[in-house]
Amino acid sequence: MMLPDDNIQSEFVRLSGISKSFGQNSPALKNVSGIVQGGKITGLVGPDGAGKTTLIRLITGLMQPDVGSISVVGFDTKTDAPSIQGLIGYMPQRFGLYEDLTVQENLNLYADLRSLPLNERTAAFDELLTFTDLKRFTNRLAGQLSGGMKQKLGLACALLKKPKLLLLDEPGVGVDPISRRDLWKMVKNLTKDGIAVVWSTAYLDEAEACDTVLLLNKGELLFFGPPIELTSRVKGRVFKLTGISGSRRLALSRILDRQDVVDGVIQGEAVRIVTTADMNGNDLADTAGKNAKLHAAEPRFEDAFVDMLGGGPGGRSKLAEAAPRIDDQKGKLVIQANGLTKRFGDFTAADGITFDIPRGQIFGLLGPNGAGKSTTFKMLCGLLKPTQGEGRVAGFDLRRDGAEARNRLGYMAQKFSLYGDLSVRQNLDFFAGVYGLSGTRKRERISLMSEIFSFAARDNMPTRDLPLGLKQRLALACAVMHEPEALFLDEPTSGVDPITRREFWTHINGLVEKGVTVLVTTHFMDEAEYCDRISLIYRGRSIALGSPDELKAGVATKQQPDPTMEDAFIALVEASEREAAA
Amino acid sequence: MNAVNVSKLRDIVRARRFFALVRKETFQLLRDPSSILIAFVLPVILLFLFGYGVSLDTGRTRIGLVIEEQTPLADDLSASFKGSRYFDVLEGRDRRNFDAKLVSGEIRGIIIIPARFASDFAARVNPEIQVIVDGSDTNTASFVQNYAQGVVASWVAIRSVEAGAQEGGSTSPISVEQRFWFNQELTSRFFLVPGSIAIVMTLVGTLLTSLVIAREWERGTMEAMMATPVTSAELLMGKILPYFVLGILSMTLCVIIAVFLFSVPFRGSILALYLLSAAFLVPALGQGLLISAATKNQFLASQLALISAFLPAFLLSGFLFEINSMPVAIQWITFIVPARYLIPSLQTLFLAGDIWPMFLKAMAVMLFIGSIFFILAARSTRKRID
Repeated sequence: MMLPDDNIQSEFVRLSGISKSFGQNSPALKNVSGIVQGGKITGLVGPDGAGKTTLIRLITGLMQPDVGSISVVGFDTKTDAPSIQGLIGYMPQRFGLYEDLTVQENLNLYADLRSLPLNERTAAFDELLTFTDLKRFTNRLAGQLSGGMKQKLGLACALLKKPKLLLLDEPGVGVDPISRRDLWKMVKNLTKDGIAVVWSTAYLDEAEACDTVLLLNKGELLFFGPPIELTSRVKGRVFKLTGISGSRRLALSRILDRQDVVDGVIQGEAVRIVTTADMNGNDLADTAGKNAKLHAAEPRFEDAFVDMLGGGPGGRSKLAEAAPRIDDQKGKLVIQANGLTKRFGDFTAADGITFDIPRGQIFGLLGPNGAGKSTTFKMLCGLLKPTQGEGRVAGFDLRRDGAEARNRLGYMAQKFSLYGDLSVRQNLDFFAGVYGLSGTRKRERISLMSEIFSFAARDNMPTRDLPLGLKQRLALACAVMHEPEALFLDEPTSGVDPITRREFWTHINGLVEKGVTVLVTTHFMDEAEYCDRISLIYRGRSIALGSPDELKAGVATKQQPDPTMEDAFIALVEASEREAAA
Repeated sequence: MNAVNVSKLRDIVRARRFFALVRKETFQLLRDPSSILIAFVLPVILLFLFGYGVSLDTGRTRIGLVIEEQTPLADDLSASFKGSRYFDVLEGRDRRNFDAKLVSGEIRGIIIIPARFASDFAARVNPEIQVIVDGSDTNTASFVQNYAQGVVASWVAIRSVEAGAQEGGSTSPISVEQRFWFNQELTSRFFLVPGSIAIVMTLVGTLLTSLVIAREWERGTMEAMMATPVTSAELLMGKILPYFVLGILSMTLCVIIAVFLFSVPFRGSILALYLLSAAFLVPALGQGLLISAATKNQFLASQLALISAFLPAFLLSGFLFEINSMPVAIQWITFIVPARYLIPSLQTLFLAGDIWPMFLKAMAVMLFIGSIFFILAARSTRKRID
């Protein structure tokens, strides 16, 4: 890794051999060095727990490194933190807004705190409010803004009294793709004025758009440099396999077990593959049937990241292999939503959501935070009573036979709601009990789960102290303990590293092939590609329903012949807004 | 720009930052129903509870009166008991009839006029009566005991006057008349109201303050604040000032209710009232800050505030329980409870008037405790998040 030192002037932050630990846990950062330059967006990229937030806090001077030093615009964070804090704009993860103050009051507060001269305020407010398109909402309480609007206001507050260095901690999380794209444009504009921007993210597609990237994993710096440099390592090894006959999930499983394949994921009807340098193309395509074809594809940041981590896991799922085949009544509708509507006061959180999922399919509810995904989801697990409409699971009406329906579904909640104080073993015991397992069957299931997910070594560890990847595995184990025929996954892989995510989907794919039906909510566009069909949820309504390929094809234009899921989402939202306006 | 101007400019900048924080805090306070609830609704509830619900006064206490031998003398004494305004008398001939009633709490004591009462009296041997009380409620037990003694004493006195008159003598009996100063009716409400003012200010000063700071940590706004040029002193003072004002307002409301609704006399000066309250808010707010420096979690902050501030203000301040009757070790602990100094001063202020030496001493002690809290809080609150 080389540190560019040709232009000392543009060096805004210099990290020299930073290490930081908290208590007994493994270090949050290990010997990290790098440079943030003016006029550029530097991506701080990595899964949750990689050390991104710690690094940003160290740059603000709110924390001090155990080893190494950081200089920000020439000031050392150890000795000159107050000078640094006068020059930076910082937007923490939850935007740092006071929800019970209005938009204007938040701006006034930060203007005072940053000592913005009074005579410059009118112009600065006007510029920022225009820039963020919040002019109409100056009297609204920040707590009543949408996620995207909060994010823009947070940015506006950080930009008062133009900072030299702008630090954004995961500004894109959970925000709708349109706001995310807007934000990106705004930040890009700022760099034209020479501002240095640090943008931390767990989304690898955001990393690709940065000028420079610090890629972190478990506190270690894996890569520092322009993203294109990283993606070039998999150049010529990335392919898209189309024309798969039979199940693409089974094909993927076979492909992943091959020696010459590094990584593979499902992308709509196709499979995206990263191979080794010496792979056998024809042989590989044959794995997926006679008509299957390999097309060269543009390497992406994620391909390179996985390659760097030594490739993804294999294609076999022990969990799925141990699961019984559910093949009675093929094509039976396992999950049905019929006009599900939920109102909270005069706010409609979900408005007439309708879909059904036949056995052995994955259905996705895709949309930004606050769109109504979780509300729909909760109505279908019987956790929330619909104002109107009905939901059925395995044929049972959730209103009348909620308990029967719940016995047939496994639920994996957002952020893996396990009991942090209980050990791994105790959590397994508890969930087995909750799902009514007892005696020999309980013992068998628990020991099977321990074996499949290799929990044995950590049986007695409190769940709180587990690494994120293991927590997610444990949450999955708890949800499938009773062999449910329907599986509800709420943001199942948000923030986990790509290897864990692949492992997770290998299990899910395997279970689906055995006949399990899956409903998944996600704001993660890539995750939607795993689904057989998805419903785009926006502001409480389903604005589109179809397979990922159908949705993407529907918005393809001459300028954009091969749109991504995110492009499709944006186009569909814009279309629905035009419709609403008309 | 010369040096004077630069430092003046810096002062202006600081003042503006500080007032921005105060303004922010005030807006939040006014928009948060829970602060209003604690500062204005809770005091009203508390005062009504103490004003109407809780009373430490004894009304008529129900007792059993056993007359083992019916004689004119015993009847005469029994009439004295029945005529007493303190007792509600059930009469019987056998003690055993009352045993169960005493156990069940239906009566609070048994007074026995023994069979040989008349003969002892005639023989001028000290006649004895027996008083059996329910010791599980010591307060009422001692009331019964004392009042029974009082009834007997005045009966003896009257008898001897009558006897003296018959004998033509002029021995005028000494009658003892008790007189309580400042609270002639011994109405406990008058004592309780000043105490509840201390409780309310503890809630606003310590509980509310520690909660709102913990909330800023939980919501991540503290982190955003700290990454600006604000100093930690500004941050803390900006928090304290609005809650100081709120505490004073809340106290004012209490006093208005106490004086105009419960007719608690107010014999001191308003100046003394506000000075005492202000001095009390210093340790209360300091303790709130100290708690929030120790925990960044609202639940923990509320628990700590309740245990370390609210309960001592209730139990160890002389508000409900007399400090002199506590075990010595506990009495020592009460010295660090700020409410212990406020409550007697307020009681004096309401019922007697301004006694400045007492007030000044109390204020000095409260300010001293407060400054210790502030020093500790300032030491543990740095502009750091690790």
